[in-house]
Amino acid sequence: MAVIKNTSAIKNPPKHLLGIQNLSIKEAKTILNEAKTFIELNRSKSKKLDILRGKTQINLFFEPSTRTQSSFDLAGKRLGADVMTMNMSNSALKKGETLIDTAMTLNAMHPDLIIIRHQDSGAPNLLSQKVNCAVINAGDGRREHPTQALLDALTIINRKKRIEGLKIAICGDILHSRVARSNIYLMNMLGAEVNVIAPKTLMPKSIERLGVKSFTNMKKGLESCDIVMMLRLQNERMQGSFLPSKREYYEYFGLTSEKLKYASKDALIMHPGPMNRGVEIDTKLADDINVSLVKEQVELGVAVRMACLKIYCK
Amino acid sequence: MKEKIFINARIIDPSQNMDEKGSVIVDANGKIKSIGKNTKRKEASTIVDIIDVKNNVLIPGIVDMKAFVGEPGFEYKENFRTLSQAALSGGVTSIVTMPNTKPMIDNVSMVDFIIRRGRDKASVNLFPCGALTKQMEGKLMTEFGLLSSKGIIGFSDVKRTVQNTATMARIMDYASDIGVLIMQHTEDYELSKNGCINEGEISNRLGLEGISSIAEKIIIERDLTLLSEFPCRYHINQISSKKSLDVIEKNKTNGKKFSVGVSINNLALNENDIGDFKTFLKLSPPLRTEEDRLSLVKGIKDGLIDVIVSDHIPEDEESKRLPFAQAASGAIGIETLLPLALEMYHNESLPIKKIIETLTINPSKILKINKGTLKKGADADICIFDLDVPWVVKAEKLKSKSKNTAIENRKMQGRILMTFLNGELVFNQQ
Repeated sequence: MAVIKNTSAIKNPPKHLLGIQNLSIKEAKTILNEAKTFIELNRSKSKKLDILRGKTQINLFFEPSTRTQSSFDLAGKRLGADVMTMNMSNSALKKGETLIDTAMTLNAMHPDLIIIRHQDSGAPNLLSQKVNCAVINAGDGRREHPTQALLDALTIINRKKRIEGLKIAICGDILHSRVARSNIYLMNMLGAEVNVIAPKTLMPKSIERLGVKSFTNMKKGLESCDIVMMLRLQNERMQGSFLPSKREYYEYFGLTSEKLKYASKDALIMHPGPMNRGVEIDTKLADDINVSLVKEQVELGVAVRMACLKIYCK
Repeated sequence: MKEKIFINARIIDPSQNMDEKGSVIVDANGKIKSIGKNTKRKEASTIVDIIDVKNNVLIPGIVDMKAFVGEPGFEYKENFRTLSQAALSGGVTSIVTMPNTKPMIDNVSMVDFIIRRGRDKASVNLFPCGALTKQMEGKLMTEFGLLSSKGIIGFSDVKRTVQNTATMARIMDYASDIGVLIMQHTEDYELSKNGCINEGEISNRLGLEGISSIAEKIIIERDLTLLSEFPCRYHINQISSKKSLDVIEKNKTNGKKFSVGVSINNLALNENDIGDFKTFLKLSPPLRTEEDRLSLVKGIKDGLIDVIVSDHIPEDEESKRLPFAQAASGAIGIETLLPLALEMYHNESLPIKKIIETLTINPSKILKINKGTLKKGADADICIFDLDVPWVVKAEKLKSKSKNTAIENRKMQGRILMTFLNGELVFNQQ
């Protein structure tokens, strides 16, 4: 008589990329080193590899996204995976399906990778408990956006050749920002000193416990910084609920070439995009290729995501 | 019923300031006939059941001031039968049930229903609480007088707070005249909006919106200010932070009369226990810092907090297996209330008598019911427990219909052996 093994239990649970908080230095460096090898490939004429041939990657986006989604899409395709993108912001959830049910449904299709973006913090963690494949967090609530931090790190390394010993300022809506949190963890881990700068209403309580110095003044916060990361300020937060006005925010916290002078003289500017020109950053400054790394961030984003896909796909 | 005599008992009854080895005799009507070290075998009639307590602890049955029973509307979470079984196995013989059922208990006909249903299906003493405002919307007060006359013990909007100060002032003014008990959940919604857990490092790391302890403090301050003008019977359901306790201390020192409760969860757990998004620890009020927890324990010691409640909230798996922000709040706890409270005795934070006091006579005094005591003539609701036996909490072994315990796998010391209701054995561990 044939013995039927219980196959429902997950064997050798795969590793997931849920956040920088769960990453060791070694793992972070492995991803960054791997990513470096893809930079040249992405600039060459023939960009296609077959490392992930036969593998299935599902992009599960519960929140609208342009750059992250297209970046993961392209990364998967360049490695030869079959990529399916599901835009969930207007589908199953409205029919009352829970995240777990969605996870079970997708899991039955035997994907090798699920990339998830969700408006609720911790949603990727929940998903990872219910599927047999690797889960990569593409942004959850205000908790983490690990691949953004990794691509920021790669961009800095590419220009400055190191992160250790650098002084990095993160400015803007720290309270609601997953990019800020992931960057705080990663830059700290890689040996940088991190300042966060924000108006008090957009600064989380006890943020210092994450190992940063907090400032409400650009002049003090930017002093001798090598990297200035600006964050996007969402429209609904500018009209009286968190801040008096757009105008007042730009006056005190918008990055201009005058304010950039407080930082070290070869300081570079970064922004995760999309930018609000004239709100958090002066439009000319954002386009100044001598100081702005914005385009490089997007370019290296694909390389970092290729590295993540390769490493986490089994 | 035959008379019963409990021998070789360590009797702890704070209502009589009693902690002594002795015996208890229960008469044929289920009332206490005699109690204490001087109680003799011969005081009982000749035909008597003898129960050897074997030097374990004998206390009045526990009075839990805050538990949710799913009937009507949420029978799939808990019903009168399962709640009774859970309660009795935890030594709880009297329960104040919450009115946030479906439909809510905010009118006379619902009270009739709940009392009849409870009488038929439950095997514990039930004291139903009514809604403070119609549909718990915080706008219109319910019929305090009529509802009380039908058997409602107190009025609460459970997890909701009356936000409008003028409305609250009128409620307290009216209540002060007819002498009903107001049980307030203290939370300012604007300050706690979208909040899931305590505001601080953990909420930053988990990326969850925090609830500041000011949200609780500001309502307590408001209500206690109103209380000076409208001295009604006012009870704060559950406090969670040191800041609230400071306000309470100031007001109690000034001689203001009101009472305060705390959930066993806020005494036994802190925000760190939430770990990696454990939704079973999503509670309202939220778990706060270790410093807050310690201050609450001290608050009991100093008599600033009067009662410990289980805040028993059964939730089915579907309401909990969700992203943290979407998950329902609350945990079951009526079965583990006493054993978990005993932790504070074993780790020498509180004397055993103080713990028993907050679980028996104090809630009875606030509710003005003749329970929580084993004085001569009182109902023989009795809980007998082993103070030291170790055991481990396993959700699937709990009797509650829902299994959302916040303390799965916790190692406990002390366990209920037997529970008696009006002198009848209703739970036996063996």
